[in-house]
Amino acid sequence: MKVHIPGALRSYTERSETEAGGTTLGALLADLERQYPGIRFRMVDEQDRIRRHIRIFVNGDQVFALAHALDANDEVVIVQALSGG
Amino acid sequence: MARVGTVSATKLKKTATRKMLLLVATRKGAWIYHGDAARKTWQADGPHFLGHIINHIVLDPRDGRTLLAAAKTGHLGPTVFRSTDLGRTWKEAAQPPAFKKTPDGKGRAVDHTFWLTPGHATEPGVWYAGTSPQGLFRSADGGVTWTPFSHINDDPRYIEWMGTVQDGTPDGPKLHSIIVDPRNPAHLYFGMSGGGVHESVDGGATFRPLIDGMEVVGGFDRTTVAFHDPHCVRICPSHPDRLYQQNHCGIYRIDRPSNHWVRIGVTMPHEVGDIGFTMTVHPHDADTVWVFPMDGQTVWPRTSPEGRPAVYVTRDAGQSWRRLDAGLPASQAWWTVKRQAMTADTFDPLGLYFGTTSGELWASRDEGGKWACIAQHLPEIYAVEAALVA
Repeated sequence: MKVHIPGALRSYTERSETEAGGTTLGALLADLERQYPGIRFRMVDEQDRIRRHIRIFVNGDQVFALAHALDANDEVVIVQALSGG
Repeated sequence: MARVGTVSATKLKKTATRKMLLLVATRKGAWIYHGDAARKTWQADGPHFLGHIINHIVLDPRDGRTLLAAAKTGHLGPTVFRSTDLGRTWKEAAQPPAFKKTPDGKGRAVDHTFWLTPGHATEPGVWYAGTSPQGLFRSADGGVTWTPFSHINDDPRYIEWMGTVQDGTPDGPKLHSIIVDPRNPAHLYFGMSGGGVHESVDGGATFRPLIDGMEVVGGFDRTTVAFHDPHCVRICPSHPDRLYQQNHCGIYRIDRPSNHWVRIGVTMPHEVGDIGFTMTVHPHDADTVWVFPMDGQTVWPRTSPEGRPAVYVTRDAGQSWRRLDAGLPASQAWWTVKRQAMTADTFDPLGLYFGTTSGELWASRDEGGKWACIAQHLPEIYAVEAALVA
């Protein structure tokens, strides 16, 4: 499925949009990690919590759980939230 | 008092043929300053990682070419970058410092790696890292992969002594001042703000507090480890039985095997006090250290006292202190120096360097006798390390 990458993470992907697969958000992030080593830990901490200033939207709705189910036609947008100066 | 740990000037001058670098970590990236042989002119290389919060950048003294940088950004999680060509190229650690995952997912998460220490000379590739919230980590492969180290990250006593995020410094409690005894790789120290100074004599299998003699904020119990706030601890390379400490509550010295810290800051001028963050030891003279006092009165302004910045030096292990402010602003300078932001080289005469919260880099080529500003308009400086490369 299509995944939009925020500017802060494009040093990994070198593009604003990429393709990744998975039946859950967790599996999708694992696939991104396989393609772009190091990218997952910048978004998700060691307790599997999405980091404070990262937001992930699926088809326009914000999701919070790595167990969130995904469909092959979903569109995933990763956003860097405001984080101060 | 007898002077200890003094090395001849002839030996010191051998270092003068090597190239000098200043590694500057800031709130918005890292810079590497390349000095000429006389340390008079400096060429800026940077920014590296523009926009990243760089808490520490350190050269591996064992190979003279590997750099590690502790990084994060406002949005992204923490990581460590590694360069084996003095910063021309960087590669991210495959496994940055991270706590163990707990079954309930409520465990601690590293916010940022704060401190990096190369391992013992006999252990190439070994590095230690201290984090916020407080955690101790080790790498055995030159910083590529990191694992939790020792018992302290999960020890209930240590968790209690570390306190909560509210008990720490404004941007999070730190594990810092990781020290490897140059005589023995199994002899380790570290400090926690807050949480005291700790020592291991068995390679990290066990640690124990080393807080006797250290004071705490008035009204609190000094036997409670959690109340202790060492800001920076340094071992004397020329006499490793001696350590110095800049603490939230004063300046201290300890001479092992004694377990008692002596508050040597009581001999500082009363109007300046002995509060600060940095502690810089002379690499060849264990009686000489430099500190950078700050205003720790009332609401803790964390500025130079009265807006008049100065370094203070003792050359007799703390019996007396001398103000070193030639070349520094005489008034209306309200910056200070953070705990990792002052360092020394190993030349003769020795050079001193510090970076300020206002983004200025200052240097002295005569052990603090006269100061010159060698860079300005940088972001807030978090750390400065002097490094010699072949």
